[in-house]
Amino acid sequence: MAGLTKSDFKNPVVNWIDTRLPVFTMLQKEYGVFPTPRNFNYLWNFGALAMVNLVIMIATGIFLAMNYQPNTLLAFDSVQRIMRDVNFGWLIRYVHQNGASMFFIVTYIHIFRGMYYGSYKAPRELLWMLGVVILLIMMATAFMGYVLPWGQMSYWGATVITNLFSAFPWIGPKIVTLLWGGFAVDQPTLNRFFSLHYLLPFVLVGVIFLHIAALHITGSNNPLGIDVKTPQDTLPFHPYYTIKDSVGICVYLIVFAIFVFFFPNMLGDPNNFIPANPLQTPADIVPEWYFLPYYAILRSVPNKLLGVCLMFASILVLLVLPWLDTSRVRSARFRPIYRQLIWLWVLAVVTLGVCGANKPEGIWVVLSRVATLYYFLHFLVILPLLGKIERPLPLPESISRAVTGKGGGPLPTGAAATMEKP
Amino acid sequence: MADPSAAHAQPGHPADPSKRDFLQLVAGAGAAIGAGAIAWSLVDSMNPSRDVLALSSVEVDLTPIPEGQGITVVWQGKPIFVRHRTPAEVKQAEDTPLSALIDPQTDQARVKAGHAIWIVVVGICTHLGCVPLGNKPSDPRGEYGGWFCPCHGSQYDVSGRVRHGPAPLNLALPPYAFESDTKIKIG
Repeated sequence: MAGLTKSDFKNPVVNWIDTRLPVFTMLQKEYGVFPTPRNFNYLWNFGALAMVNLVIMIATGIFLAMNYQPNTLLAFDSVQRIMRDVNFGWLIRYVHQNGASMFFIVTYIHIFRGMYYGSYKAPRELLWMLGVVILLIMMATAFMGYVLPWGQMSYWGATVITNLFSAFPWIGPKIVTLLWGGFAVDQPTLNRFFSLHYLLPFVLVGVIFLHIAALHITGSNNPLGIDVKTPQDTLPFHPYYTIKDSVGICVYLIVFAIFVFFFPNMLGDPNNFIPANPLQTPADIVPEWYFLPYYAILRSVPNKLLGVCLMFASILVLLVLPWLDTSRVRSARFRPIYRQLIWLWVLAVVTLGVCGANKPEGIWVVLSRVATLYYFLHFLVILPLLGKIERPLPLPESISRAVTGKGGGPLPTGAAATMEKP
Repeated sequence: MADPSAAHAQPGHPADPSKRDFLQLVAGAGAAIGAGAIAWSLVDSMNPSRDVLALSSVEVDLTPIPEGQGITVVWQGKPIFVRHRTPAEVKQAEDTPLSALIDPQTDQARVKAGHAIWIVVVGICTHLGCVPLGNKPSDPRGEYGGWFCPCHGSQYDVSGRVRHGPAPLNLALPPYAFESDTKIKIG
């Protein structure tokens, strides 16, 4: 239906624009008065933190690209030049480098929050699946970004990860040659990785837009996991959650700054200070910390194809998580058994991470096999069965009753989110 | 829309909106300063880097330049004309009345004292940035025997002063000094 929007904004310029392109009305609706459950805890900050992190990565990345050379002969030196010669180049690069780790910390906590409070359950299945797609794109972006400095770990990481695809029978080697644009990781590989590393963050922006659009259709989950029933259960997004998110952003920036200014290379690998040498593999090949659990799963299986398949499956299984979990109760708060087992699953993931950081010998092989087994057991056996046998605790009648302890809860005048315009 | 100031209004403790204004201003100013500091580091990264600044001077040996000819050297990515003028050209440049010039400047002001046979100018036309011709004897040098810009026909004399538009200004002079009679350092 065509026609001008009726805008309630008083400012004539804002009103003029809003009538023709209702961005202000939309912002007001989606981020101003947007009715948001009143009982969020700080775990609900992490989506916003991930957004901020993406913006930081894109901003610093654009300025790094102004000085980076995607050429095997120049790449390593151009990164050193950024660190030594470019004004604030050290800062921009360390923010970008540590920003990748921060991005994964924030995103993993965001995912854990979704799992703990059952945010993936109906009607938020598609929202969750888009999140898994975001994770996959993030991982691809991070991997290709790590190749760009063209150090030893960049080169051999690229070699190992691209060689994963060679596990697939017949078509595998052809895929690998296609990825490389040659017969080894070389100039064409570096050049295309740079191109894709620049592209994918903007694809991320698009998928995140869909993720948020879906979120604003279903509305947010909350720590109780029960639906919003009345306006008394909600608060307007602004100022309540803009402020709460701001507090989280301050803490996040402090942690980020501690990494950047005091431990900028703590999460990096010393081998990446050595320029890439295609004729010499470093003694220890380890991926970045955020890939360690998947790496451990890969190594825990003695069969090449099976290992690769399990590694991919460990993420793809998240796509079907909404249907594997048969319990209709969302929040772990009301699932006495799940509430314990989710931590066992976290322990399995952490164990896998530690195993991935160690050489695959002795106890680490056994541990990584047990943890891999439990990782999949959790999704494929425990979750489907648990929903049938677990007796959930009684759910509160409403969010406001649970929060205030009173029926409906007398909110301060006008604090409940309503759809009225300012 | 909710009135935040009402949220904590308690009997006996009336809400004081001025405190909120203060907090809002302090928080907003803090965020603005932080964002500005970050933005500055990003913008400043586009300024010349240390390795670019390190290339800020070049030395030129004058001995191979024959009388009546010039060479082009690169300084900070720009062409610099170093020309060995004949005594006749020097005299012609010195005798030119200032009234005949578009951008009046004496020849003495454009060369180093005692080294009038050497003229050193930035070889970038002051019109729109082309590199004028005229260092080689085979190049067109224009009516005034200096340099001729092929882009829009500006003409410069042997002192690098503009004599025919559209260029508005004389060819710029780079900072340089004679290290000996046969060597200069530009920058």
